Amino acid sequence: MNRINILSYLEESAVKYKDKIAFSDEVSELSFGKMLSAARSAGSFLLEKGFYKKPVVVFMKKSPDMINAFLGAVYAGCYYVPIDEEMPEHRIKLIFETLKPEIVIYDDTTEESVRELLGAAKGEAAEGKAAEGAATIAEGDATIAAYKYKDAAAAQENAEALRRVREKAIDTDPVYIVFTSGSTGIPKGVAACHRSVIDYIENLSEILHASEDTVFGNQAPLYVDACLKEIYTTLKCGASTYIIPKQLFMFPVKLVQYLNEHKINTVCWVVPALTMISGFGTFRTVVPETLKTIAFGSEVFPVKQFNIWKKQLPGARFINLYGPTEATGMSCYYEADREFAEDEVIPIGKPFRNTDIMLLTDKGEPALPGEPGEICIRGTSLTLGYYGDFTRTDEAFVQNPLSRAYRELIYKTGDIGRYNERGELMFISRRDYQIKHMGHRIELGEIEMTADRAEGVANSCCIYKKSGKDARGKIILFYEGSASEEALLKELKERLPRYMVPSVIKRTDRLPLTANGKIDRKALTSSEDS
Amino acid sequence: MDELIKILKEIHPDVDYDTNKKLIDGKVLDSFDIITLISEINDTFDVAIPAEEIIPENFNSAESLWELISRLAED
Repeated sequence: MNRINILSYLEESAVKYKDKIAFSDEVSELSFGKMLSAARSAGSFLLEKGFYKKPVVVFMKKSPDMINAFLGAVYAGCYYVPIDEEMPEHRIKLIFETLKPEIVIYDDTTEESVRELLGAAKGEAAEGKAAEGAATIAEGDATIAAYKYKDAAAAQENAEALRRVREKAIDTDPVYIVFTSGSTGIPKGVAACHRSVIDYIENLSEILHASEDTVFGNQAPLYVDACLKEIYTTLKCGASTYIIPKQLFMFPVKLVQYLNEHKINTVCWVVPALTMISGFGTFRTVVPETLKTIAFGSEVFPVKQFNIWKKQLPGARFINLYGPTEATGMSCYYEADREFAEDEVIPIGKPFRNTDIMLLTDKGEPALPGEPGEICIRGTSLTLGYYGDFTRTDEAFVQNPLSRAYRELIYKTGDIGRYNERGELMFISRRDYQIKHMGHRIELGEIEMTADRAEGVANSCCIYKKSGKDARGKIILFYEGSASEEALLKELKERLPRYMVPSVIKRTDRLPLTANGKIDRKALTSSEDS
Repeated sequence: MDELIKILKEIHPDVDYDTNKKLIDGKVLDSFDIITLISEINDTFDVAIPAEEIIPENFNSAESLWELISRLAED
C-alpha cells in the first residue's frame, strides 16, 4: 500500500527500532517506542476534548517532547502550529488573529507566557487544572483552551478513536502550518499536507544517503519547515537526532566538540552556522571527526568559507539545498563535489525528483538558455498555500501559464535564477525586498510596517547591507519622526522576533525620494557607504 | 573600556553593562551579536579573538570581555 500519512514512518520505526533513541537534547530523550505511545496518547486526549481537523498550537521549549506534541496533533487528525518560546507576545497575537486557534499545548517553560497570552486565564493552568478543561478565555466569540503536554501524553490511549480518524484521513490533509514573515506586517501561515511532506522526505533521505546509521545534529528551530529534514528523516529511517543547544552556535569550539562527542555524522544547517565555525579559525583548535554529510541552505555559502570546510573534510559530502517554505522544505540540491574559485557561486543545482523548476520571464514565457527568469515550482511539493488568506495564496500560487488546457498550479518564488553553461541552476537575486539574514527569511516590509506603527514614527525604510570582508549583513532602519532611536529600538524589540530587529536605527529629517515619489533605497544604501 | 562599552551599547542600548554579568547566560547576546562584537573588536582594538577564546566565560560581562581584549593585546 502506498504511504498516505506521515505517522506511518513513526509506526514502522517503532516496531523495528523500539528501544532506539530517536530524539534527544541535553536533558531528555525519546525512543521510537516511547514516541509512539505518547503521541497516540496525546492524540486520544485531543480527540476526547473534541479537537479534530483543527490547528493545534504547540508552544513549548524546543525539545523531543515538542516533536512528539506535533505527532500527537496529527494522530488526532489535526495539524500542528509550532510557536517559538522566545517569540514576542505581540507577534504571537498577530499569528492568532490569522489562525483563530481553539487550543494551545504548552509545557513548564511556556506556562507563564501562555497564561499572559490568554490573559483572563486566571491562573487555572498554573493550578494544575490544565487537564480538566484548562485555561480558557473568551476572545471575541472564540475560546482558546490550553493544555499541558505532559497531561496529554499521559492520557489513556483510545485505539478505536484513533483508528476512526485514520480511516478517514487522506494525504491532502494538512500536517502543519509554519508562519513566515509577511511584507504587509502580518505573518503568513504556510500549510503543508501529508503528500508533500512524504514526497519531500522520500527524496531528501535519498539525497542525504540517510539510513539507520545517520546521526543528525539539529540546528533548525522547530517553528520553521527546515526542521522537517531531521524530524521526518529520523522517523523514516530509524536514524537519531541530537537537538543541539542553541547557545553552542555562539561558541564554535564547543560546537565542534559537541559534534564529536555525540558522533554526529550529518548536519543540515543554515550557512551562518557553518561560516561561524570556519570564519573564526576553529579548525586550528578542534576538527570534526565524525561528520560525513554537510547539507546547507538558506543563503549563499561564500566560497572562501566553503573551501576551508572542504579542505578540512575532504572525504565529506557537501550538499547545497534550495527551496522556499511554500514548496515544502527544499526543492533543489547540488552536490558540491568540484573545486570552486573564490569568485564563483555554488549552484543550487537541479530539482528534487518529482519536482519541476521553470524559469519564467516577466511575460510568463520560458527563459532562454542562460537568460534569467523567476524560479517557479511545479509538483506535489506545492503546499496548500497561506492559511486563511486566499488573496495572498492566489497571488503566489498561480495557473501554469504554459499549460492552459487543464488546472495546474505553480508557485512563483520571487527568486531570480538562471542556468549556467553546465546546465546547473544558479540563484541570482530576489525580485522584492525579502532577505535572508542569519538563516531567517525576512520581509523588510514587515519591519517597516512595525516601525511605522510605533509612536513618533512618521515614515520608515529598511535596507539590508552586506559589507566587510566577511560579507556580514546588517538590517538598517531609517525613519522620520520625533521618536528617539533608543525608544524605537526598544519598541521593535518588543514587537519583532529577535532576528528581525535592525542592527542599526537612524533617525533622519527626510527620507530621500526617487523621481516618482517612492523612498529611494539606493540613495539610502549608498549613504551607508560613506 | 569606554570604547568597548560604546560598541556594546550600539548592540543593546538598553543594557546596563556595568552591572549585567550574565550577558550569555541571561540570553542578552545572541549569535549574531557575538559575531558583530568580535568583528567590531577586531576593527577597533586590532585584536583577533581566536576560536578557543570564544567561550561563554569571556562574554558574560563587559569586564571579562575587556580582560580578554587586554590579554590578547599584550601577546
